[in-house]
Amino acid sequence: MTNSIKELEFADVILATGTNTTENHPVIGMYVKRAVRHRNAQLIVIDPREIGLCKYATLWLRQKPGTDVAVINGLMNAILKENIHAKEFVETRTEGFEELRKIVEKYTPEYVEKISGVPADQLRAAARLYATANKSSIIYAMGITQHKTGTDNVKSLANLAMLCGKMGIESGGINPLRGQGNVQGACDMGALPNVFPAYQMVSNDEARARFEKAWKVKLPAKPGLTVVEMTNAAHKGDIKALWIMGENAMLSDPDLHHLEESLKKLDFLVVQDIFLSETAEHADVVLPVACFAEKDGTITNTERRVQRSRKAVDPPGKAKPDWEIIAAISTRLGYPMHYASAKDIFEEVRQVTPSYAGITYDRIEKTGIQWPCINEEHPGTKFLHRDRFTRGLGLFAPIEYIPPDELPDADYPLTLTTGRVLYHYHTGTMTRRSKGAMERYPESLVEINPKDAKRYGIEDGKNVKVTSRRGNVEGKAQVTKRSPEGTIFMNFHFREVLTNLLTNPVLDPIAKIPEYKVCAVKIEAA
Amino acid sequence: MEKKLPVTIDGREFQALPGQTILEVARQNGIYIPTLCYFPMTTPVGACRVCVVEVAGAKNLVASCAMPVSPGMIIKTDTERVREARKLVVELLWASGDHNCLMCESNGRCELQDLIYWLKIEKPRFDIKPPGYPIETTNTMIMRDLNKCVLCGRCIRACNEVQVNEVLDFYMRGSRMKVGPAFDSDYKNSICVFCGECMESCPTGAIINKQGRFAGRPWELQKVRTTCGYCGVGCQLDLNVHEGKVVKITSNKEYGPPNDGSLCVKGRFAADFIDHPDRLRTPLIREKGKLREASWDEALDVIAKKLASIRKKHGADSIAGLSSARCTNEENYLFQKVLRAVIGTNNVDHCARL
Ligand code: SF4
Ligand code: SF4
Ligand code: SF4
Repeated sequence: MTNSIKELEFADVILATGTNTTENHPVIGMYVKRAVRHRNAQLIVIDPREIGLCKYATLWLRQKPGTDVAVINGLMNAILKENIHAKEFVETRTEGFEELRKIVEKYTPEYVEKISGVPADQLRAAARLYATANKSSIIYAMGITQHKTGTDNVKSLANLAMLCGKMGIESGGINPLRGQGNVQGACDMGALPNVFPAYQMVSNDEARARFEKAWKVKLPAKPGLTVVEMTNAAHKGDIKALWIMGENAMLSDPDLHHLEESLKKLDFLVVQDIFLSETAEHADVVLPVACFAEKDGTITNTERRVQRSRKAVDPPGKAKPDWEIIAAISTRLGYPMHYASAKDIFEEVRQVTPSYAGITYDRIEKTGIQWPCINEEHPGTKFLHRDRFTRGLGLFAPIEYIPPDELPDADYPLTLTTGRVLYHYHTGTMTRRSKGAMERYPESLVEINPKDAKRYGIEDGKNVKVTSRRGNVEGKAQVTKRSPEGTIFMNFHFREVLTNLLTNPVLDPIAKIPEYKVCAVKIEAA
Repeated sequence: MEKKLPVTIDGREFQALPGQTILEVARQNGIYIPTLCYFPMTTPVGACRVCVVEVAGAKNLVASCAMPVSPGMIIKTDTERVREARKLVVELLWASGDHNCLMCESNGRCELQDLIYWLKIEKPRFDIKPPGYPIETTNTMIMRDLNKCVLCGRCIRACNEVQVNEVLDFYMRGSRMKVGPAFDSDYKNSICVFCGECMESCPTGAIINKQGRFAGRPWELQKVRTTCGYCGVGCQLDLNVHEGKVVKITSNKEYGPPNDGSLCVKGRFAADFIDHPDRLRTPLIREKGKLREASWDEALDVIAKKLASIRKKHGADSIAGLSSARCTNEENYLFQKVLRAVIGTNNVDHCARL
């Protein structure tokens, strides 16, 4: 997030798109609802589904799945037409405005209505609300990123925020909400194929030299493979060994058939996990690990706040914290690692991660600190880009709308979109073993609009078979207006209903994120 | 500088800020005024009248939690009249419920119990007449015994003002007022999302954490502050530990950002996977197609040997690692370090994208 979670409560306008906040980030949802109910903030929701936030929204723009770039361009078109963009900000803080203007010119609200189904008047009203408020904040999540055009979607939101001067101010900015506990930290720490900690490029000679000095070895310059590319490489036989720390790839990957074949082709698979997950079942060696309540360390939340995780109880049996296991393997491979504690490791992290340099366990004992925090006197950073962007001037990235990869057709007439539900988390390894969560949401539901249900003879509570070009699954139908006509919604928390047998593994060319939010399916009563 | 208002409390003079209530000024200066319905961050309602004080010139006692100070106000917090009024209120509350601390989960952390003790009430002067409501046990997370409800309304404000879930309200049921979801429904069949904010706000044993029922008395529990293991909000919470087990989760407003003590159903109730029997307890190695138990030494040796030989035969880039958004920064750092510095490949990623 460019800004902080609690700033949302004090925004004048919140634009929420591609985030089912009250279910996936309920406490952030709480601040949004408080802003609306107690501080008269205006909420604009852009989402195909009737999510919980719609009840609190001034405007709800229900676009067709995958038409986000068109909608955002439409908002910018309307803003420019009415001349309510932030001229001074555009002038002094950005570049590339003329190119942007040219591209968005044709995205008139009427044209966008044809693409997205959002009425032109609603687009204009949303544009006015967002542009003219003092403090407007954008929040988004996987509904924006899990598309073939995910990177385009994110850049378009940045264009909108810069055009209206909503960056670098309190209660403004563009704020991705991270789904999993430490996605932010995993990225910060360089658990990515192209960067070291603090996003220092592995291909950059100076960066590499710094890490070679710190780690006292020669380092490879060629960026590595992303998750989905790894699977493909394994399928081809190029990847022989895979070492997985706590990821249940077997439920979260797109196109599960293909993934399973890939795992079977490996010479060697090691999995560290708290349960024998679907992925661990394929492993050659499985290592039992401590869960969050059984180990020390730090976690970085979605607003860049580095916070302590503390050991409360012992792990079961012989299970150990992941860091002890990694260190033991490293030592056996001839690179001895002897850390006495997680704090020891963190001290090393600080040395090589400039944005974390000023953070110490002592300083975050009571309250976490938001990076960048460059030295021990630095208070941390509440919101980014106050006076300048990382690259200096903010660069507008003019973007044309491209439709999703797989649109409904005569054979597969419906759109499938996927996501999570309040009571479960990711592949369900933890929540499915939690009594309360299972009591509230015991089985996977396929959400279908009443009109579609009628058309295809589906009854509420009865099983429905969903088929895509890649496979089919069965689940219980929930007939609900939450789903728009022509679109069904499924979650991926349940191993009995393998939603990702259906999804389209086509990737965003830059972020390499699969298009989980749109694929074509057909349904029939099972 | 904002203008300060001079006020006198119990004979001492203080400077108050405009808009501050009598209660706030008193507490800020170390003067104790008991409260019950008062609930910070929400509208003061002055309903229970436990916090009454004497204000010079006012005919009636005033509720200090709802009354803003005015310049020159003279306040007495501990007179005979004040004490009597408070006693009357507390005795009525005591008599109107089933306050049997012997079996109450909140014994030792109950504000009604504390008030009775502080006000030195031996027994209520009224007959004890509990309403006889059935106890709500229709879910495994939140248990409600409205016979212990003092109608302070804190749960209602927690639900509507703090979490904005808009589930709870007051209802008239016969001659008695009651709190709960619409149509007198239980939580399970209402629009409740089990955030537990109402439970955390309840001063008595009327709304309790069922997961922690009979799992340790308040004074036996050790609280370990940590970060929620689920979503990216990173809420701060307390794991309550008893005899080496996490028995329930509580929260604390004092911890500040990002959540100011609020949680969602996953953070508050979904940690019971920790001691699930399915937890892996020992390393496993595949032998003749089946996984069998192994020692750490054996498992780690196999891994090191295999990785080394695959690297030798097919090169470092034939090995890849998937790190985890569920692990700590320290673990993610070490993992990518080993892949890069020890194995010699940049094939490291995690499932942020998925
Ligand atoms: S658990 Fe949360 S949603 Fe349910 S009644 Fe209590 S405060 Fe409201
Ligand atoms: S249930 Fe608890 S919080 Fe709610 S009104 Fe009764 S005593 Fe107060
Ligand atoms: S309590 Fe809920 S909102 Fe807070 S971090 Fe945990 S899962 Fe996220």
